[in-house]
Amino acid sequence: MADKVIKELTIKVWRQKNAKTAGKFETYKINDISGGTSFLEMLDILNEQLINDGQEPIAFDHDCREGICGMCSLFINGRAHGPDDDITTCQLHMRKFNEGETITIEPWRAGAFPVIKDLIVDRTAFEKVLQAGGYISVNTGGVPDGNAIPISQDDAEEAMDAAACIGCGACVATCKNSSAMLFVSAKVSHLAKLPQGRVEASRRAKNMVAKMDELGFGNCTNTGACEVECPKGISIANIARLNREFLSAKIKD
Amino acid sequence: MSSFLSSSIGKKLIMSLSGLFLVLFLLVHLILNSFLMFDNTGELFNAGAHFMAMPVIRFGLQPVLFGGFIVHIIYAIILTLQNQKARPQKYASQNLSNSSTWSSRNMFVLGGLVLVFIAMHLMHFFVPIQIQGNVHDDYQLVKNLFTNGSTGLVYTGLYVVGAILLGLHLAHGFWSAFQSIGMSNIIWRARLEKAGYIYAIIISGGFIIIPLYLHFFA
Ligand code: HEM
Ligand code: SF4
Ligand code: FES
Repeated sequence: MADKVIKELTIKVWRQKNAKTAGKFETYKINDISGGTSFLEMLDILNEQLINDGQEPIAFDHDCREGICGMCSLFINGRAHGPDDDITTCQLHMRKFNEGETITIEPWRAGAFPVIKDLIVDRTAFEKVLQAGGYISVNTGGVPDGNAIPISQDDAEEAMDAAACIGCGACVATCKNSSAMLFVSAKVSHLAKLPQGRVEASRRAKNMVAKMDELGFGNCTNTGACEVECPKGISIANIARLNREFLSAKIKD
Repeated sequence: MSSFLSSSIGKKLIMSLSGLFLVLFLLVHLILNSFLMFDNTGELFNAGAHFMAMPVIRFGLQPVLFGGFIVHIIYAIILTLQNQKARPQKYASQNLSNSSTWSSRNMFVLGGLVLVFIAMHLMHFFVPIQIQGNVHDDYQLVKNLFTNGSTGLVYTGLYVVGAILLGLHLAHGFWSAFQSIGMSNIIWRARLEKAGYIYAIIISGGFIIIPLYLHFFA
């Protein structure tokens, strides 16, 4: 069956020259987009059109275009990664949109993620949080033999689920408080659940939370919006674990 | 210690412990108020009210209760202000209705309205009974408020609205408090959410039924 073709779309997109200037919305028309086109390909087509018209193309982040790197962002029609669940923007397809629709595209909005240009934001804050403790300090050697270190199936599964976080920032972008708790809890959990990471678990939780607070992310109020918009389905059960790790580390002090 | 209390999770801990303390208080409050419906002479309710006015409770527990409220409110303001600041530039369009509940997004508004209700409620009963001390029959005071000619129905309505607002606050707050302490996981989350809804319905329903009963049947 042939894919549907959308004859006309209106694209309302945030344009901002650089971090210092104030931005504003611009609207563009785009025609004859097939439903199988990915959202980023649609933007590529729009950019080609802009270049042909002698205008500056829209800057947006992207890399793998297969949902594994976390580079693509975009707040589309009021939702992080647009109108679909458990996907990144590069996995979003135009069949999710209707004929004649106006699509509003904004960058992630958070004080800790300043806009660099158009739709690109600076997510260095996540790197800084990771540098504060999202690692294991000692060399743990090569891959150990299977079952050399006994780890229960449940723990291994939970660690792997938390490790699926790609650091995209959709949780922060969605959260009404711009809280980074889902990201930080995923990074703390995937190490806390395994014996190699367990050793530094207390220090890691304390340092990563301190850095997260310092960088101006908001306080979590457990609305749960993050886990719904997270492309990797990271559960807020990890946030409960982070709270537990942090509180027990502080009590031990 | 200071770094603990100023950390985001530390502040949330205070929010949740003070909230859970208020959750317990509400349960006691509802049980005492239910006496209003079980004895139309008012003797049972008056006995309960006298018990609550004993010096140990009045001078021992009451300050703790007020303290709990004040801490909860102060931290609610701090958290909410910080959270507003964390996103200096708002979205032009943001659709949160399919990813979170309305109550969870409006805890400050709900809490603020509950506070307005509590202020009115204190003026009705706490001030005349405990500050002015000129009330001999507590039952009659309560009953009069809800049955008095032209204003009885208005106050009945206001108390019903207050109970609904409180119920919405609790519908999110109960579960959220356990999550903040770290006492939740995938299995317990479903249970705690259910328990929270049941608790909210009991508290809210109870405080709705009592003024309605007094207005229409007492
Ligand atoms: C009897 C009255 C009240 C009870 C039983 C109550 C209970 C609770 C509970 C259990 C929580 C959850 C705590 C958490 O998420 O860790 C909460 C949160 C909250 N309450 Fe109250 N509360 C009451 C009154 C108020 C008042 C008067 C305000 C005034 C502004 C308020 C503002 C808030 C706010 C803003 C939150 C969300 C904070 C957050 O999730 O971080 N509450 N409340
Ligand atoms: S937790 Fe989910 S939404 Fe947040 S950064 Fe990781 S993958 Fe993205
Ligand atoms: S471009 Fe890599 S996840 Fe979208």
